[in-house]
Amino acid sequence: MEPERKKGVVFSKVTKKGKPKQDLIAYLFVSPFFILFAIFGLFPILFSFYIAFQKWNGITAMEFNGFQNFVFVLKDPIFWKSLSNTIIIGILGTFPQLIVAIFLAYALNSALIKLKGLYRAAIFMPYVTSTVAVAIIFGILFSSQDFGLMNVILGWMGMEPVAWSTTEWGVKIAISVMVFWRWVGYNTIIYLAGIQAIPEELYEAAKIDGATLWQRIRYVTIPMLRHVIIFTVFLSTIGALQLFTEPLVYLGRSFREEGITVVLYLWRDAFVNNAFGTASATAVILFFIILLFTSLNVKLSNRIGK
Amino acid sequence: MRKFIPKIFLHLVLIIAALLSIFPFYWMFVMATNHNSAITKVPPAFVPGDQLVTNFQNVLKNIDFFGAMGNSVIVSITTTLGVLFFCSLAGFAFAKLHFKGKNILFAFILLTMMIPMQLGLIPQYYIITKLGWLNDLKAIIVPGLVDAFGIFWMRQYITGTIPDELMDAAKIDGSSTFRIYWNIVVPNITPAFATLAIIKFMSVWNDFLWPLTVLRDQASYTIQIAVRALIDNYVRDNGMILSGTFWATFPLIVVFLLFNRLFIDSLTKGALKS
Repeated sequence: MEPERKKGVVFSKVTKKGKPKQDLIAYLFVSPFFILFAIFGLFPILFSFYIAFQKWNGITAMEFNGFQNFVFVLKDPIFWKSLSNTIIIGILGTFPQLIVAIFLAYALNSALIKLKGLYRAAIFMPYVTSTVAVAIIFGILFSSQDFGLMNVILGWMGMEPVAWSTTEWGVKIAISVMVFWRWVGYNTIIYLAGIQAIPEELYEAAKIDGATLWQRIRYVTIPMLRHVIIFTVFLSTIGALQLFTEPLVYLGRSFREEGITVVLYLWRDAFVNNAFGTASATAVILFFIILLFTSLNVKLSNRIGK
Repeated sequence: MRKFIPKIFLHLVLIIAALLSIFPFYWMFVMATNHNSAITKVPPAFVPGDQLVTNFQNVLKNIDFFGAMGNSVIVSITTTLGVLFFCSLAGFAFAKLHFKGKNILFAFILLTMMIPMQLGLIPQYYIITKLGWLNDLKAIIVPGLVDAFGIFWMRQYITGTIPDELMDAAKIDGSSTFRIYWNIVVPNITPAFATLAIIKFMSVWNDFLWPLTVLRDQASYTIQIAVRALIDNYVRDNGMILSGTFWATFPLIVVFLLFNRLFIDSLTKGALKS
């Protein structure tokens, strides 16, 4: 890969006048992305739209069947169940998390310098763990058995044990807690970075005006963090719509209805049932759902941004 | 007093948050060192036991733990090195070279960051099958060699840190474009490399969906897939399962505690810029 010195001389002459040679080198430098993206990113997404209209098990020849895959998916109650699960878990796992993260970031910013690093590291540590590990640990914490720690705690408070992994809300709460626990520290640190960019004078002014702690958060911190908040809402929404690992690891290959998500529904269809056509139809539907949520986010951020 | 009470309150909030964040790690360790019977009684054991070695031996009976660790190391390091090289090269081109269609191409790269890649999961799987890469680590490495965020990140950094004069001087000396990249750009962007390396390494190491889809054979499992396979056992031995999780998590936690400042700074910077 050692370029010859001679070529370099030519290059420096060419750049002054004719551009073609440098153009070529630049294209060469950026080409790996475009080549790999074309093969493993763009083409697969476009091809999904094609497969969505075929009957295909991945082995035998494809067979065109119009909108039947879409009809099948949209008529399947499990698909709607997976969509409502995704949205409910998304809301439960995201909004409380972002609110708690703002408070934690505020607290971290104003606490004594000495322990700040320690708190910061502790709160951030869950993010470093893999989702698989989180789902396994919380799967045992939220075991339906009496020895599951959550049930032990409920017992101490004089409550009946809950069948976390088999009941409608038990499953959703358990998965939301996993999402919450893993991401709250990450968002806290992002907010902290945003808060540290807020000029101290604003707080001073608010204090002089006699603003309480809550008022300072409400009227100084949150408005100044607007763009960071929009960014995290955006990321969380997209992340929530792609939820997969937590329910799969927590519920295993039983794909229980209480916890099936859209991506899990798609994955089961493709890689357990070998129904590539309907799975692709689901991918296309998910594509439009993501598009819808993205444009809602953009609209929201435009309104807040003004 | 008005100042004192909020301060106590904030500290209390932080202490509770920190304890709740760390508790599952502690609990994982407690279970990894206890016999299953100590975990399944009510209330379960709350202090570490003496089964650390036995539980791990049971893990080794069920999965090829070190093989899977090795696979994860290979996949994560190769992908990270690829991303560092290709993204800095592309970032350099977008930051410092002039060529036709530059802005459009760059805008396109930014746009791709918005699309979740699993929307093309089925054709991706099909392509991997056609290439004969099923159960082959190449299936993870090759598609991961470039990264839209990485290019964006590198372009920002190179634009901000490498003065044009430095490049002009090298050009007059007769250096080729690649030589300018290698001798001037690369040595001056070490912090950007460090940040991108951390972000990429972590995301590859912790990836689950794609490896689960294309690595079906035990010998090709990454550590995430192997650890998950532990819970497939008919008899649930929680001590053994958590021992697997613990040892799979342990290296990352150690690295994190050693470099926690760099870790947090780089991830927040990376996240905020995108």
